[in-house]
Amino acid sequence: MSFDNLFSNWSKLRQRRPQADQYEEAPYKWAMVIDLDACMGCNACTTACYAENNLAVVGKERFGAGQAMHWLRIERYWGEGTELTQEFPEQGAQFLPMLCQQCEAAPCEIVCPVGATHHTADGLNSQVYNRCVGSRYCSANCPYKVRYFNFFNYPDSAWPSPLEQQLNPDVTVRTKGVMEKCTFCVQRLTEAKSKARTEHRLVRDGEVLTACAQACPTSAIHFGNLADSSSQVARMWKAQQVQLSAYPQKKNGQIEETERLGEQVEFAPYPQKKDEQKEETEQLGETREKLRGYRVLEDLRTYPSVVYLERLRSTEV
Amino acid sequence: MTTTHDEHEVTVEPRFVIKPKDINEEISWAQINEDVLRSLERPRPLYWIIFFGSLGLFCWGIYCEIYQYQTGLGVAALENPQMWGLYIATFIFWIGMSHSGTLLSAILLIMHADWRKPIYRFAEAMTTFSLMTAGLFVLVHLGRIWQFYYVVAYPNERWAWPNFNSPLAWDATAIGTYLTTSIIFLYFGMIPDLAICRDNATGFRRTFYVVMSLGWKGTDWQWANFRVTYLTLACLLIPLAVSVHSIVATDFAVSQQPGWHTTSFPPYFVAGALYSGCAAIITLFIILRYTFRFEQYMTIPILEKLCKLTFAISMIWTYLNFVEYASVWYGTDEYAKQALIYRATGQYAGWWWAMNILGSIVPFALTFKALRTHIPSMMVVSLLLNLGMWIERFMIVTPTFAHGYYPWTWTDHWWPNWVQVGLILGSFGWFTMLFMLFCKIFPSVSMYEVKEMVYHRARARKAPAPQPAQIPRPAEG
Repeated sequence: MSFDNLFSNWSKLRQRRPQADQYEEAPYKWAMVIDLDACMGCNACTTACYAENNLAVVGKERFGAGQAMHWLRIERYWGEGTELTQEFPEQGAQFLPMLCQQCEAAPCEIVCPVGATHHTADGLNSQVYNRCVGSRYCSANCPYKVRYFNFFNYPDSAWPSPLEQQLNPDVTVRTKGVMEKCTFCVQRLTEAKSKARTEHRLVRDGEVLTACAQACPTSAIHFGNLADSSSQVARMWKAQQVQLSAYPQKKNGQIEETERLGEQVEFAPYPQKKDEQKEETEQLGETREKLRGYRVLEDLRTYPSVVYLERLRSTEV
Repeated sequence: MTTTHDEHEVTVEPRFVIKPKDINEEISWAQINEDVLRSLERPRPLYWIIFFGSLGLFCWGIYCEIYQYQTGLGVAALENPQMWGLYIATFIFWIGMSHSGTLLSAILLIMHADWRKPIYRFAEAMTTFSLMTAGLFVLVHLGRIWQFYYVVAYPNERWAWPNFNSPLAWDATAIGTYLTTSIIFLYFGMIPDLAICRDNATGFRRTFYVVMSLGWKGTDWQWANFRVTYLTLACLLIPLAVSVHSIVATDFAVSQQPGWHTTSFPPYFVAGALYSGCAAIITLFIILRYTFRFEQYMTIPILEKLCKLTFAISMIWTYLNFVEYASVWYGTDEYAKQALIYRATGQYAGWWWAMNILGSIVPFALTFKALRTHIPSMMVVSLLLNLGMWIERFMIVTPTFAHGYYPWTWTDHWWPNWVQVGLILGSFGWFTMLFMLFCKIFPSVSMYEVKEMVYHRARARKAPAPQPAQIPRPAEG
């Protein structure tokens, strides 16, 4: 190792940070839309996730102790004043599938001491198991608490023989002491991208789906490439007027001159803009139904890649 | 002071009259050597009780760690979202303990506060050992201890650096630097005393001290270099001490969680560190004074000064604590406000109130002279203060995990189990064991600086005839 290498290495340090308008010309930016109106809390997505990503089944006791490994969890909420009955305790529940939000400005990425979690060029918040030392700082700083830690060496117990035969060979089995989380089924994305590359094209919309999106019986989960403006996800994001990043957007491929000089840079953080749009649509007498997209804990400015569509369906249905 | 023995003597103005003496100035230099060297020989039986008790605790901690290492961190009742448990809280506690050694040995050195001289050595040793203990907690806390060196910034053939955005990488660097400097400072300041040990030792002990004293002869040239280097090291150590705990505070302040994301954390942590460190020094002061028969050197006037210093720092801490609450309360961050309310009224409310009472009200006991000079009371008060400061760290870490941003993850049931408690007790055992070993092997009172005290005072007073010793020497045995 020479000093030249050392210094060039320093200069390249963290070059792959998320940057302004990174995805304007990038080929891929994976994103998701989850329609809570369609979600009925059947847990098919969770099951599919367990099967696809070799998630350890920890058993009832450890699940109760908060040591579950569900990358995708179905949360249940009851509206205020809902009476819970013994007979049908689930009655009146509203569901929210919660998974890693693949934030653009991810709180977990900056705090990882070893850089085991970092941003990929296609907008994923990736986790490098080999590099993880298990400081759990990422989980501490995650507002959604969607990172799961291998508290035990689960491969020892989670798949008694011959269950290990059903493990997905494309996904590693994690050892004790590392953090893991939803990857947007990165193994599927990689495969689709390399297939497309051999055919000299980009991945088509719908060509690749995450396991949860594939398993969802009501098509509540939409997955796709946000950089492709004709994809279903991009159209839904646009319809919901969700802006990806806080940075000034390029116009015609260039930041406008005034903005570049920093004179009139108007940062249009998404929430304000959305509120304005909402007011406008409401003034026009349109119904709110058309604009029901939101991202969880938006005011923290984490810019998640998952948009939820508000639930409008009444609980009695 | 008005009586003159010499007709050329100038009458000393009252404001120059030397205040009550910290130590008996009539002790001869030979007596100092003898007293301090005696501490390397036969301490009171309490020493062995403490030593073997702490060794036992340490072994228990080792057992817990082996169990946790082999099985996984799940055995320590960690869960999602309570990812850190007590380990990080106790880590901050030990880092905090390490600060008062620097306060006494470096800051007061620069301020020429003479009363620090008999007690700074063991305070500096406390700094070093509590930093080591804190370092252990970082390791114990990691999921994969065997990969801990990934966090350390060093050029390596993999070209893989730590993430310099992360406060934990800053931590590793800052603590490493501070620990190295503390060890050098502690050892360097001890060299003249080690030479005294060498001159009085025989057998293998002599060989040991010969090596350790680095050929110290006490020449003028050596003393001149020693003074300059010691002062330089002290100046280097002070910013390090402040930066270390500020950086530990940024572990929380840089993160986004409610209750942690507070800009006032660095000074708040530094004040808390000095506070708990001073309280710990009082505890160790009392223990050393008894076990090594240091009544001549660790005197009541010095204890009083230490208590006054602790009280002043406790009030600074109280103020900063109040500032933190007030800035959250009057701020616009609703999440942080909810986190504060949760602290005061939720699952951990009892601990929160205990912390405020122990941290802000109990120190008022230090304002009473009767208590300050009563050693058993001071033992109790200093332990209470330290308990309060440990709870403070617990209250910083745990409620934020229990009551973060996301309502679905709110938990109210979390409590540490025996593995975590065992490891914490083990850390106290490890610290006490190391500290007691240090005091047995190395002179825990700085002989050469105490001699300076006696010498200067004798010269400054000049005029009056030697007065009889006010502090009686303790009976042998």
